[in-house]
Amino acid sequence: MGKVLMKGNEVIGESAIKAGCHYFFGYPITPQSELVAYMAKRLPEVGGLFLQAESEVSAINMVYGAASAGVRVMTSSSSPGFSLKQEGISFLAAANLPAVIVNIARGGPGLGNIQPAQSDYFQVTKGGGHGDYYTPVLAPSTLQEIVDLTQEAFRIADQYRTPVILLGDGVLGQMMEPVEFKETSEEMHLFEKDWATTGTVGDGPPKTITSLDLNDVSLEERNRKLQEKYETIKDQEVRVESYKMDDAIYGIVAYGTVARIVKSAVDRAREAGMKVGLIRPISLWPFPSSYIRKLSEQLQLNKLLTVEMSAGQMVEDVRLSVEGIVPVHFYGRNGGVIPTVDEIYQEILKLKYGVMV
Amino acid sequence: MKAVFERTSGLIDRETHYCPGCTHGIIHRLVGEVLEELDALEQTVGVASVGCSVLSYHYFNCDMTQAAHGRAPAVATGLKRVLPKERLIFTYQGDGDLASIGMGEIVHAAARGENITVIFVNNAIYGMTGGQMAPTSLLGQKTATTPEGRAAQTQGLPIRVSEMLATLDGASYIERVSTHDVPHVIKAKKAIKKAFQNQKDEKGFSMVEILSTCPTNWGLNPEESMQWVKDEMVPYYPLGVYKDHSYKGDGV
Amino acid sequence: MKEEIIIAGFGGQGVMSMGQILTYAGMKEGKEVSWLPSYGPEQRGGTANVSVVISDKTVGSPIIDSPSTVIVLNNPSFEKFEPLVKAGGKLFINSDLVTKKSERIDIEVIDIKATSIADKVGNPRVAGSVILGAYIEKTGIITRDSLITALIQVLGVGKNHLISVNEAAFDAGKNILLENV
Ligand SMILES: Cc1ncc(C[n+]2csc(CCOP(=O)(O)OP(=O)(O)O)c2C)c(N)n1
Ligand code: SF4
Repeated sequence: MGKVLMKGNEVIGESAIKAGCHYFFGYPITPQSELVAYMAKRLPEVGGLFLQAESEVSAINMVYGAASAGVRVMTSSSSPGFSLKQEGISFLAAANLPAVIVNIARGGPGLGNIQPAQSDYFQVTKGGGHGDYYTPVLAPSTLQEIVDLTQEAFRIADQYRTPVILLGDGVLGQMMEPVEFKETSEEMHLFEKDWATTGTVGDGPPKTITSLDLNDVSLEERNRKLQEKYETIKDQEVRVESYKMDDAIYGIVAYGTVARIVKSAVDRAREAGMKVGLIRPISLWPFPSSYIRKLSEQLQLNKLLTVEMSAGQMVEDVRLSVEGIVPVHFYGRNGGVIPTVDEIYQEILKLKYGVMV
Repeated sequence: MKAVFERTSGLIDRETHYCPGCTHGIIHRLVGEVLEELDALEQTVGVASVGCSVLSYHYFNCDMTQAAHGRAPAVATGLKRVLPKERLIFTYQGDGDLASIGMGEIVHAAARGENITVIFVNNAIYGMTGGQMAPTSLLGQKTATTPEGRAAQTQGLPIRVSEMLATLDGASYIERVSTHDVPHVIKAKKAIKKAFQNQKDEKGFSMVEILSTCPTNWGLNPEESMQWVKDEMVPYYPLGVYKDHSYKGDGV
Repeated sequence: MKEEIIIAGFGGQGVMSMGQILTYAGMKEGKEVSWLPSYGPEQRGGTANVSVVISDKTVGSPIIDSPSTVIVLNNPSFEKFEPLVKAGGKLFINSDLVTKKSERIDIEVIDIKATSIADKVGNPRVAGSVILGAYIEKTGIITRDSLITALIQVLGVGKNHLISVNEAAFDAGKNILLENV
C-alpha cells in the first residue's frame, strides 16, 4: 500500500476501520469534525454503521451498548464534548468494556476556543470521571504514528477490556502528512469476547454487564481486580521515545504536537553545541516514570524542561517521576497558542545560562 | 394436582428486593411472560436503568446490561445497531430515569424510530432515592422535595410522556396502561407483548408506559396505593393507545 | 534542503489547494512533507493560510515561524506574513490584488500580476497556479511534472476539465519569471 496524503482526523478514521472497528457513534465538534464526516462516508462502504448521536452523552452510551455486544467501537470528540463523555467512560471502565475514545483537544476551560491545546492532560490521565480508574492514553505526534497507535488502542482495549483514549490536538487533527496504512496483524483480531451480552442464543446461562455492586466488600474486591489490571498495564504498555538523548545533559519532555516543535528546537540547540535531547512520552498513562528517572540518573542530567500547550499539567508527572533528583523546569503556552521553535530554543538557552540570556 | 399458575421461565427464581405492594414486580413478571411466550429469551438483551429497577438484571432470564442514569435508550441503540436484527432489545426505565435526566435520550431514540421496546414505569416519584419529586409527580403531590405538595408556580407541571412522544413521527407504537387491578394487568401484558412483537416485525420505536405504585414513598399501604393509581393517576394520565402505526409499513 | 512555505489570501482564492498541490508534488518526489491549514475563526474573517513543509529530512514542526517562502494573495496576508519571511527568503506577491510594497532588503520580492496573467490564459481564477509556476521555476524545489501530477490528484475527477487551463497558468508563471530576469 503506497503513501497517501490525508488529514489527521481522517487518518484516525481509516486506521480504526483497518483495525476492525466498524461502528462509530459521534457528535460534531471542531476540530475533530472531519473524523465524524469521514466515518459517516466510509463506514457504510465497509458494511459498518455510523450514527450521529444527539449529544456526546448519548454517543458514549451508544458506545457502551455496542461494546456490551462485543464489537470494536469508537467515538470521538474535542475537549468540551469530552467532558460530557466522562460519566460514560467511568461506566465503561467499571464494566470492563473495551472501546476507543478520541479527544482532539482544543483550548479551554469552558467553551474556550478551537485552537490546539494539551490542557486536557489531567482529565485523560487521572481518570477524569468518578471512581478509582484509569484509562490508557496514547498520544501520537505524527500522522503515521496515528496509524500505529489507533490499532494499538484497539488491541489494548480488547486485551485488557478497558476504554482507551487516543489524544491529539487541533494541529494533528487538521494537518496532512503522507501516511502508509499497513495490514493489521492477525492476533489483533483474536480476542474472544465470551462476556458479551449478545443474547444467549442457546449458549449457556444469561450474562450481565454492570458497574453496580451494592455490597461494599465485593465492590472493593472488584476494584482490587481493576487495580491489578492497571498494574499489568503499567508493566506492559509503557511507550516512550527519546531523541538525541545519548549524551545529553539537558532533557526536554514533551508529547504530541509539541514534541515535534521541540525536536526542531533541539536540532537548533545541537547546532549551537548544546547537549540537549527530547524525551517523548507516547503513552501518557501509563506514564514512562521509571524510564525518565533512569535516564536522568544514568546520564546525570543537569536539568529537565517540560514543554506543554497547557499551564503545566504533565510537568507534575515528570516531577513525580524524578522525585527531586533533577530540577524540572516548565514552559507552556495555552489557550490555543502554540509555542514556537524560537521560544523553546530560548528556554533551552536559559537551562544552560540561567534566566539572563 | 394440575398446576394453574406457573412461574415464568422469563424470570430467574430469586427473592425480590422490591417493597411489598410495589408493582415493579408485576411488570417484571409481565415482561418475563411475554418474552417466554414469544420464545425470545435467548434472543433478547435487556438494558437496566438507574432507579429501583437497577437490579432488574437479577430477575430477567436473558442477557442484560446496565446503563447510566437516563442513558438506557442510547445503550439500547448501541446494542440494537450492532447485533443481528433478530435480537430484541428492551429498556426498563423509571420516570425519573426516562422523563427527567434521560429525556434527551428517549426523545431522540423515538425520533430515530429505533427499533427497540421501552418499558416505562411511571410511579410519579423517585423511588430509589427516597421519594423525591419526579417530572411526573402530580400537582399537590407531597414528596421529599415538595413537602407542601407540588405547585405549578414553583415546580411546573407534570409531563405526559406518552402524549409527548406520540407527536414524534419516528414513534411507532405508544400505549399507556396500568397495573392497579387484574383487568388492567391483563391489558398491560397485551400492550407489552405488542411492543415486543412490533420490534420483531421491525416496526420501529415502541413504548409502553405503565402506571405503577410506590407504596413506600407515597406513604400508603398496598391497597391504598392501587386506589391512588386509579383515582389520582389515571385521570391525569389517561390510559389508551397514543400511537399505533408502522411508519415503515405505512410508507409514511 | 528544506522549504517552509506559507500561502495566504482570502478564503476562496484556492490557498488550501495551492498548498495541497505542493504537498502532493513533494510527496510524489519522495520528500518529507506536511500541510497545515489555519482553521476556524481565523478563516471567517476572510483570510486563510496554509503552512507547507517540503524537506529531505523528517518534518519536525509543521508549524512555521519563519518561512523560507511566503505567497500572499491579499493585503491583510501581506501585513501579517511579510515581516515573518526569513532573511534570504522569498516573498511572492499577486500584485494585482496586493497594493502594499515591501521595504525589506534582506529578502527577495517577486511581484507577479497573477490575476491579469490568469485572465489571459483563460480563467482569472487560476492566478494561484500562475504563482506556483513561478515558484517552482524560482526555487527548483519540485519539477513541473510532479506539479501536474499533483494538480490532477487535487482537482479530482469532478474538476478535471480545469487541468489544461491550470497547466497553461503554470507555464505562464514560469515564463513571466524568465522574462523578468
Ligand atoms: C447521574 C445520577 N444522578 C442521580 C442519581 C441518583 N438516582 C438514582 S435512582 C434516581 C431516581 C430514580 O427514579 P425513577 O426513575 O422514577 O425510578 P424508581 O426508583 O421510582 O423506580 C436517582 C435520582 C444517579 N444514580 N445518577
Ligand atoms: S421504593 Fe417504591 S418503587 Fe422502589 S421498590 Fe419500593 S415501592 Fe417500589
